[in-house]
Amino acid sequence: MGHPELAEKFIANNERMHWHDKALWFVREKRDLAAHGLNEWESLREVAKQIKTHTIDKLDFYLEEFEKNAKEKGLHVHWAKDAKEHNEIVLKLLLNRGSKKLVKSKSMLTEECHLNPYLEENGIEVIDTDLGERIVQLRNEAPSHIVLPAIHLKKEEVGKTFEKFLKTEKDNCDPTYLTRAARVHLREKFLNADASLTGVNFGIAETGGVVVCTNEGNADLGSSLPKLHIASMGIEKIIPRLKDLSIFTRLLARSATGQPITSYTSHFHAPVEGGELHIIIVDNGRSDIIANDDFKQSLHCIRCGACINTCPVYRRSGGHSYGYTIPGPIGSTLGASKDLRTNKTLPFACTLCASCSNVCPSKINIHNQLYKHRQSVVSAGLLGAKKHTILKVATWVMKHPALLDFGGKMARKIVPKLPRSILYSKVNVWGKKRELPKFPKNSFKELYKQREEKK
Amino acid sequence: MRIGLFIPCFMNELYPEASMATLKVLENLGLHVEYPTNQTCCGQPMANTGCAHEAGELAKRFLKIFKDYDYVVAPSGSCVAMVRENYAQFLEGEDGFEHLKTHTYELVEFLHDVIKPTNMNASFPHKVGIHNSCHGHRELGMASMSERNLPAFSKIEKILGLVDNIEFVTLKRNDECCGFGGTFCVSEDAMSAAMGIDRINDHLSAGAEVMTGIDMSCLMHMQGIIDRDKLPIKTLHIAQILAGES
Ligand code: SF4
Repeated sequence: MGHPELAEKFIANNERMHWHDKALWFVREKRDLAAHGLNEWESLREVAKQIKTHTIDKLDFYLEEFEKNAKEKGLHVHWAKDAKEHNEIVLKLLLNRGSKKLVKSKSMLTEECHLNPYLEENGIEVIDTDLGERIVQLRNEAPSHIVLPAIHLKKEEVGKTFEKFLKTEKDNCDPTYLTRAARVHLREKFLNADASLTGVNFGIAETGGVVVCTNEGNADLGSSLPKLHIASMGIEKIIPRLKDLSIFTRLLARSATGQPITSYTSHFHAPVEGGELHIIIVDNGRSDIIANDDFKQSLHCIRCGACINTCPVYRRSGGHSYGYTIPGPIGSTLGASKDLRTNKTLPFACTLCASCSNVCPSKINIHNQLYKHRQSVVSAGLLGAKKHTILKVATWVMKHPALLDFGGKMARKIVPKLPRSILYSKVNVWGKKRELPKFPKNSFKELYKQREEKK
Repeated sequence: MRIGLFIPCFMNELYPEASMATLKVLENLGLHVEYPTNQTCCGQPMANTGCAHEAGELAKRFLKIFKDYDYVVAPSGSCVAMVRENYAQFLEGEDGFEHLKTHTYELVEFLHDVIKPTNMNASFPHKVGIHNSCHGHRELGMASMSERNLPAFSKIEKILGLVDNIEFVTLKRNDECCGFGGTFCVSEDAMSAAMGIDRINDHLSAGAEVMTGIDMSCLMHMQGIIDRDKLPIKTLHIAQILAGES
């Protein structure tokens, strides 16, 4: 099923759709307050864009600098060209130390690589420790948002999930009660873990260290207890200098949730005492995107989720309607770049309203990319013969004004006389929820010509 | 000053009043306007569906018809955005394109930026909600966007404010999309309708009697919902208010 069908299902529950829309709009409004409270907001965005553009253009240089500096600090650096290599490296590192219990903090990259099922098949227990991610993990679902993974769930549903898996009181869905229960549950997992995996928000070339931003402190707890810490990082997470970091941390938290800063901004520049810190640098299709001028800006993304919160389509269709790891506008362009055939409906799950491009802290031209991806869909022959033919015929008519005039005239004559049963038959998709416009007697052109003749 | 009037293809066929009102607004201001009758479509529906070849053919046609005018004016933000933002892919370097691109204006934008009228000689004693349709809003910059931290302004409110007795309502979501989106309105029809209903309800709860805007396509979509659901509000193209119609 493509986005239109999945969206229609989500919309069918009108109450829930509006609840979802309002929850995300609330986050968007919080972001607006925070963004409008900083006079330098627009210049911060511009600087962020320039740093990203510069870094992506010289990515090979900065990646090597990062590797060199990280190694000097005693960190291990691995390179993975795709998801498979990434997952194999993680497994090997775990097996080398005999680790069996992995605690993970939020990492969309490992979602993208489908790491959890791979490790589980190989006998590793993987526990997502971000509260939202743990909820969806227990339910065997994918995150529906990159910052708010369980935003599609109501507290009653979380209560039921915890009742089943964490043995909480029946029908108790008090958020504080449930959070405490999750905390007890996760504490035990943290204490028993023998390895941790985190994502990376920023890799600093100049220092060779990585920075992880969370609100729950789960990355810190996870990586401080076990002796093995693996950090998975997409190649685009590099920034050149430590002093560039504040530009992004100021933008990130405000754009994501309207906070001035994330509760924890943790810098990892050395392993814990007697432990190992491994950084896996992952490509998985990113260098192909860099090679395409139309889409390379999509690698400027800092995963704040603002474009998702602002998207009027996402808010009314939910993250699962996209069928790609990252939902919403940025996910639609990344998904289309990655696998156009599978994700061919995503560039069209958009009205081109351009709210995303204007909310984006890195000033990514997201909506222009979706517009361009549509052309790729057509050139790949994936639009569907019917739609393409209709537009081809329409174009032909538009090149023949007399024909258009004639067709319009006939339509204005005939349509008003048609019975409703024919006019609103199944083929009239417009008419499912809307009346057709009232057809006038004359076109503007006819009236204009009459007027000119009278002059 | 030679002004070429571009009337979007569907407006020509279905909305002769709004089209005529556009002509009247310009003529009432003493401007000389020509309507080249061999014009059809700017190619936007094709371009937004990814049919670059087809869109390119229509872009070339548009250039040929309109390149010799001092200004091209159209009662549609999205068609003008097509010319200004998206034609380059098809017409870059063509003779007259640079001029066309920089001299094609949406009606209200043309009044605001070029003609600068101080009076419209029109009265509209109603409570009006402005629908900031996206392409005009975010591509042409008709008003400040809620996403950005820049000084607030609205060209639409400024020009409409010249009409006597008009009253504006305050919306909860000032610049949310109505869900028309070109072929989106049929390819994602459930979503499109859901977005449209939400937009109309915002105007209704703000007490608007009339929803107006610079894009007939968004208004056509929402009027379709209003008619189906028999809602106590109506849509009217901005040109009709500016021309003193009601
Ligand atoms: S594309 Fe921009 S707005 Fe969207 S998640 Fe990435 S950084 Fe945030």
